[in-house]
Amino acid sequence: MTVRDDVQLDLSYDSVVRRFAPVIGLETHVELGTVSKMFCGCSTEFGAEPNTHTCPVCLGLPGALPVVNAKAIEYTIRIGLALNCSIAEWCRFARKNYFYPDMPKNFQISQYDEPLCVDGHLDVVVEGQTYRVGIERVHMEEDTGKNTHVGGATGRIHGAEYSLVDFNRAGIPLIEIVTKPVEGTGPLAPEVAKAYVTELRDILRSLGVSDVKMEQGSLRCDVNTSLSPIGVSEWGTRTETKNVNSLRSVERAVRSEIIRQAAILDRGGKIKQETRHFQETTGETRSGRSKEEATDYRYFPEPDLVPVAPARDWVAEIRASLPELPAARRTRLKSELGLSTEDLQQMVNAGVVEAVGETVQAGASATEARNWWMGYLAEQANSREVEPTSLPITPAQVARVILLVADGKLSTALARQAVDGVLQTGKDVDAIVAERGLAVVSDTSELTRAADEAIAANPDVADKVRGGKVAAVGALVGAVMKATRGQADAPAVRQILLQQLGVSE
Amino acid sequence: MSDERPTLTRDEVAHLAQLARLAVTDDELDLFAGQLDVILGAVARIGDVAAADIPPTSHAVPLQNVFRADEVRPSLPREDVLAGAPAVEDSRFRVPQILGEEE
Amino acid sequence: MTQLHELDAASTAAAIASGEVSAIEVTQAHLDRITAVDGDVRAFLHVDTEGALAAANAVDEQRSAGAALGPLAGVPLAMKDVVVTKGLPTTSGSKILEGWVPPYDATVTRRVLDAGIVMLGKTNMDEFAMGSSTENSAYHPTHNPWDLSRVPGGSSGGSAAAVAAFEAPLSIGTDTGGSIRQPAAVTGIVGHKPTYGAVSRYGLIAFSSSLDQAGPFGRTVLDAALLHEVIAGPDPLDSTSIPQPGPDVVAAARQGARGDLAGVRVGVVRELTGAGGGYQQGVLDCFRAAVDTLAGLGAEIVEVSCPNFDYALAAYYLIAPSECSSNLARFDGVRYGLRVGDDGSHSLEEVMSLTREQGFGAEVKRRIMIGTYALSSGYYDAYYGQAQKVRTLIARDFAAAFTAVDVLVSPTSPFVAFGIGERVADPMAMYVNDLCTLPASLAGTPAISVPCGLSDETGPALPVGLQIMAPAMADDRCYRVGAAFEAAYTAANGFILKQISQLGAVR
Repeated sequence: MTVRDDVQLDLSYDSVVRRFAPVIGLETHVELGTVSKMFCGCSTEFGAEPNTHTCPVCLGLPGALPVVNAKAIEYTIRIGLALNCSIAEWCRFARKNYFYPDMPKNFQISQYDEPLCVDGHLDVVVEGQTYRVGIERVHMEEDTGKNTHVGGATGRIHGAEYSLVDFNRAGIPLIEIVTKPVEGTGPLAPEVAKAYVTELRDILRSLGVSDVKMEQGSLRCDVNTSLSPIGVSEWGTRTETKNVNSLRSVERAVRSEIIRQAAILDRGGKIKQETRHFQETTGETRSGRSKEEATDYRYFPEPDLVPVAPARDWVAEIRASLPELPAARRTRLKSELGLSTEDLQQMVNAGVVEAVGETVQAGASATEARNWWMGYLAEQANSREVEPTSLPITPAQVARVILLVADGKLSTALARQAVDGVLQTGKDVDAIVAERGLAVVSDTSELTRAADEAIAANPDVADKVRGGKVAAVGALVGAVMKATRGQADAPAVRQILLQQLGVSE
Repeated sequence: MSDERPTLTRDEVAHLAQLARLAVTDDELDLFAGQLDVILGAVARIGDVAAADIPPTSHAVPLQNVFRADEVRPSLPREDVLAGAPAVEDSRFRVPQILGEEE
Repeated sequence: MTQLHELDAASTAAAIASGEVSAIEVTQAHLDRITAVDGDVRAFLHVDTEGALAAANAVDEQRSAGAALGPLAGVPLAMKDVVVTKGLPTTSGSKILEGWVPPYDATVTRRVLDAGIVMLGKTNMDEFAMGSSTENSAYHPTHNPWDLSRVPGGSSGGSAAAVAAFEAPLSIGTDTGGSIRQPAAVTGIVGHKPTYGAVSRYGLIAFSSSLDQAGPFGRTVLDAALLHEVIAGPDPLDSTSIPQPGPDVVAAARQGARGDLAGVRVGVVRELTGAGGGYQQGVLDCFRAAVDTLAGLGAEIVEVSCPNFDYALAAYYLIAPSECSSNLARFDGVRYGLRVGDDGSHSLEEVMSLTREQGFGAEVKRRIMIGTYALSSGYYDAYYGQAQKVRTLIARDFAAAFTAVDVLVSPTSPFVAFGIGERVADPMAMYVNDLCTLPASLAGTPAISVPCGLSDETGPALPVGLQIMAPAMADDRCYRVGAAFEAAYTAANGFILKQISQLGAVR
């Protein structure tokens, strides 16, 4: 095969997707929200001191044996049902054998050819178009421990002098959700990928089976991408991109991998089937160092565990207990809140539909809930580079702020201060309001005194206003607001200032 | 006996040792290549039992759905966890430089 | 007068319960016996003098406080080193675990200690229970008390030799393919492999998870039954543990000792009686005599055929290595045990490989590689998958046989104890020791070995074992028939261990 260096094809994304059709696939790992681990009674709590949530089982000590957490099975069935899967009448765990220091037994208990849930689907909407993403399987496994790489510049494995292993995470129940190959998305492949992960995350959250925090690693995504020239029906060679740790990265990773592969194919090159790693900083994927040997996991049925055969009436019971899922809730919210399709789509894109719905459920008005999540909270999330729903504030807390404003107890400015306080300290709204003395000052004599002081301090502005330039009063309002630390009601201050200056509108 | 299996070569034994993380010596490669071949020859007759329709047995007494409740039980004291470790730093297990990629 | 270390477990417990002797005296007598003979036998890897005396003292205090004692309280026991013991070194006979002190107890350990049994120490074994001679111990071979130049069988050779040499009246072994029954046979004692799942595997360092099972050794069938009762029963820590309580094996042993087997149908397995050669004549002679004895007790003798037993060896030497290749992956020098080559010049991958290379002995490495091969992509169906189907066929042979008979019998091993070093160079010659014990292992059914005579075919008179096999969950049948045979044999020939000529032990 000749590799041509001389050809200069247009590698802009728009051009690339006119020539190639992408096929994507996603493998999503989700840590389940059980209180104890998959196969032992150690706590799953995040952030504990290293190696304090470990026991003979999750440390892989000689002689220790696993016992399956019933809740993890139930949660997996919930997920399978929500993703329209069939629940296996009988399935087994299998051992996946490979050596790695974060894996205590040097095999992972997983499921191989007999997963618990198979053959489902999830519909996502992108630009008004519905795409059905097929679900190949949902299977159970255990998480690994965590390596910290010491020495070297980057804290990455490459160049490190040695590594330190903490097994607190080892054995936390993990499920893997594998899609079927997704075709026919054309240029929207990155958006469909992101919409799928977003929808999946919202479903998992509504099911109450995981805290789905991508930044804490409780939801992790691997993205498979391949290209074939338009008109060619066979798929190209696929790559698997790991380390995709935010919704935004899902989209970026697919986009950059499409461009990278197109550049190779354009030059007559071949795509190497490999694992690549997404780089948050550059938005590109980097090749993993290739292994000397092809991986041979030597799967076989886990002899320390017995088969799982969920009783049909148990499955029916779980199905009956499923909550309203995001798609249904969206339809309901759309009509209840009187949203336009565009409004709803904007909220979906911002990933706040669930949050808005829950905020309304907690007593806020729909408009205010929407404004807060799409406005101030979205800005805060943006500046922290997290999703709005990952902010340390709950819909109930947002609703409380909205109610305080509605009752006239907080101004908008004060309400933002209250939100800032919650975000900073994690305390409750009322605690922040009390602690920081956030309250609208409605005592007229106090405001009048502040107005007089502002007038005295800014004689030239006062003269302008007296001279008829009423708009200039804004500067005085600002001074009063500053003096009262934002606790005054701005329209009231304006009235008092105009009154003191003897001017009417 | 229906041992139609190709003989196990020295290279194949070296590959198995690599998969199993055993830094076998050259002498061992020679010894094991011969011995493994004899053993695999002896067990190859397992293929004589035509058993396409026979279900496999994994456990003598068939059990299913053995679960534990999702309840937190005490973990080991950390000093016990780390007591047997060849190397420890910052309450973690210290290991030499890892060459392979993260899985 | 009989010395304390010569008493069986039942008599010892009775003497302690009645106040005739103290548990401390009993324990001290056994510690003295160990001091006197273990230099020759080398059954122990670790003797816990202090812990044993403290446990004995606790029993004495309980007794003087008027507390009810368990049926084996104060009786000494030797524990196979494959069983995890909190605070006591546990190596599984391997260098890779040298110096490891577990932070937890196996369920078997817990039950033994809770019963007031006094654990004297940990016994030698083939490394990770892989072997039939205890020569694969990374530490030293153990010598057969009948002839110190010979092996005590294996892999539970230390536990068997300790009981045969009167160093302990009871011991715990584990049996994956015959590792309790074969050493019991070649040392002239009783050893029982319970139904798979009857005894918890939690804390047994796994060799082959779907086959491993712990069980008792004793010098009498009743003693073995008493210990069986202590260690058996459901355990929530082992998913493969049978959730129902097992049969009353002690009552069965007592019933059997009355010597009546009228109405009991005994099947002689044609495939395990040396029709194709390969069995020592002395072994076959003892076995034939034993079958006659059973007939004399009123049992109905039937010959049965179990054709698929011929495939047991092949199936076993695929399943056990496959599972062990995975089970032993955890020994990598990261969290416990040996680490080799961590000098700054080797990567973790190299350190793991050097550690495992130096930490494991030849037989362990051989089996890990066979298992790695058998599980590799492309071979799984032909090997592991096929072997699991053969288990079904063997289980069906048993099921068919048990429609016609109550128990099956065979020699426990085709051979008497062989010389140390005689078979180490030829793995296959070693593997055939397990020919008779493998079917019950693969089917998960219970089987006991009871001494049934002496053979001088290879030199000195050496013990031969009778294997009695029963259906799953019917361990009581093994004990009943075993006890009946034992009573008849002893009545006719005297207590077999009295014929040990070495160690100046028994009068």
